[in-house]
Amino acid sequence: MSAMAASPKPPATRKEAAVSFEGAAVRLGGRTIWSDVSLTVAEADFVAVLGPNGAGKSTLIKAILGLLPLAAGTGSVLGRRPGEAKGRVGYLPQRHGFDPGTRIRGVDLVQLGLDGTRWGIPLPGTSSRKRDAARVAEVIELVGGSAYASRPIGELSGGEQQRLLIAQALVRRPKLLLLDEPLDSLDLPNQAAVAALVRRICEEERVAVLLVAHDLNPIIGYLDRVIYLAGGGAVEGPPEDVITSETLSRLYGAPIEVLHASDGRLVVVGQPEAPFVHGDRHA
Amino acid sequence: MPEAAVFQGLSWNPLTDMHQLFAYPFMVNALEAGTIVAVMAGVTGWFMVLRRQTFAGHTLSVIAFPGAAAASLAGLPLAVGYFGFCGFGALALAGIAGSRRSLSAESAAIGSLQALALALGFLFVSLYHGILNGLDSLLFGTFLGITTEQVVVLLAVAGAAVVLVAIAARPLFFASVHPDVARAGGVPVAAMGFGFLLVLGLAVAETSQITGALLVFALLVTPAATAHQLTARPVLGIVLSVALALAVTWLGLALAYFSIYPVGFYVTSLSFGSYVVVRVGRALGRRRQLTARLALEAA
Repeated sequence: MSAMAASPKPPATRKEAAVSFEGAAVRLGGRTIWSDVSLTVAEADFVAVLGPNGAGKSTLIKAILGLLPLAAGTGSVLGRRPGEAKGRVGYLPQRHGFDPGTRIRGVDLVQLGLDGTRWGIPLPGTSSRKRDAARVAEVIELVGGSAYASRPIGELSGGEQQRLLIAQALVRRPKLLLLDEPLDSLDLPNQAAVAALVRRICEEERVAVLLVAHDLNPIIGYLDRVIYLAGGGAVEGPPEDVITSETLSRLYGAPIEVLHASDGRLVVVGQPEAPFVHGDRHA
Repeated sequence: MPEAAVFQGLSWNPLTDMHQLFAYPFMVNALEAGTIVAVMAGVTGWFMVLRRQTFAGHTLSVIAFPGAAAASLAGLPLAVGYFGFCGFGALALAGIAGSRRSLSAESAAIGSLQALALALGFLFVSLYHGILNGLDSLLFGTFLGITTEQVVVLLAVAGAAVVLVAIAARPLFFASVHPDVARAGGVPVAAMGFGFLLVLGLAVAETSQITGALLVFALLVTPAATAHQLTARPVLGIVLSVALALAVTWLGLALAYFSIYPVGFYVTSLSFGSYVVVRVGRALGRRRQLTARLALEAA
């Protein structure tokens, strides 16, 4: 159900694909989460992953990370099989929220994104150590977190934690950034600010971004494309092509209406209850 | 002052008293063993507190007690019982952590395991009538009865534990604070958790022989918990944790030497005292900050 033809960029000038799935399917515990999903995310594209609870948004992120195998079809991430390009993929999982007692500084958390997978203990004062520290400071500055990065993460606000976690995902200069509901449980001004930050990162650092979201409205002005998961399938394309009554009705197999409010907000009406809405929402 | 190793009591002359402390081989062995255990407990304890596995660590220390009792019953060296039971306990705890549905279910499962361990310990003790005199040292340690050979064994085991933790330090830290991202980055998070419990079990089994099964906690958890209160910097935190463990061990041994009370009492009380002081100090500091901020806002 690819909507490639609707791409605003002509195929001839299309950049190298960051993510490309063809006829992909994922099964979890004998249940097919989605199937026949074909999509392409181009270099430096900002793509939102939308859909109701249980549609498999986080599952898509985990399939791209190679944490879940594809049951059918093929997938390629940065030109390699999913899970093989670890160093060039940044990942921010669904918020687990650091409790107020977490005595870990934000800067240490960002540093882990850089060297958390390395064995042994680093020697202080070496040039590589200094280079690492400079990179950590640089990426914290990029997300605007310099003022609070040295405070324990548990004492920071949700928006501040989220910025530092984005810095952690960015610190190795990834070519693909996977953000799983980074706007969840942030207040509206913070949602807008983080969305704007992700757009800026996307352009300045030339990173392709896949952002899972519940609500399209805070991000719609910044997006290049949308992947809408529902009813066991997916539609991909520019937001104005995907978020329409016609496309969503076809995807859900039920009449759906997309309303345009006078302030530019979109309201999707009539979406049926997701079949597994009471199950694991991380699926 | 005569040079002979004769116990003279506290002279209040620091040099003489220091000299006295090192005059007896049993004291030298105790100081060496205490130092080795303090360094190891300070390092592994810091990660244990970070990972919120204090209850698991406590259970491992309780498991050391039936281990030692079983070894006595079977006529095996105590160390075999300590290491065998703690290794098995680490396996069981890793299984519980791996299959956990929720934090409360995990703590209930660990609690059940701990109750079973205690029951087994008392069963073995009652089956082996001759052990009654040794029960004290099983629970509260034999700090002052350590032989030179034991010190060498301790050094080897503690050295191995510290080296293992040092090699795995960064992935372990990553897996502890941010498991999802660590897994996506290729850190074997589950294996890491099991490996850490195994090292912790090893550490506890070893520490048990010095401080006894019940007092392991004095060295494993309290200095580490105090260090976590004092700083959020990881390297500084580990250094502080080790320094505090060393300080309470040395001070506890010295105080015990010059008094009639047991070493374990001093080590535990000093650790606890430092923890209380730091917590109260931090709470007061926070209150002062809050008052200052309110005053600033009012102005």
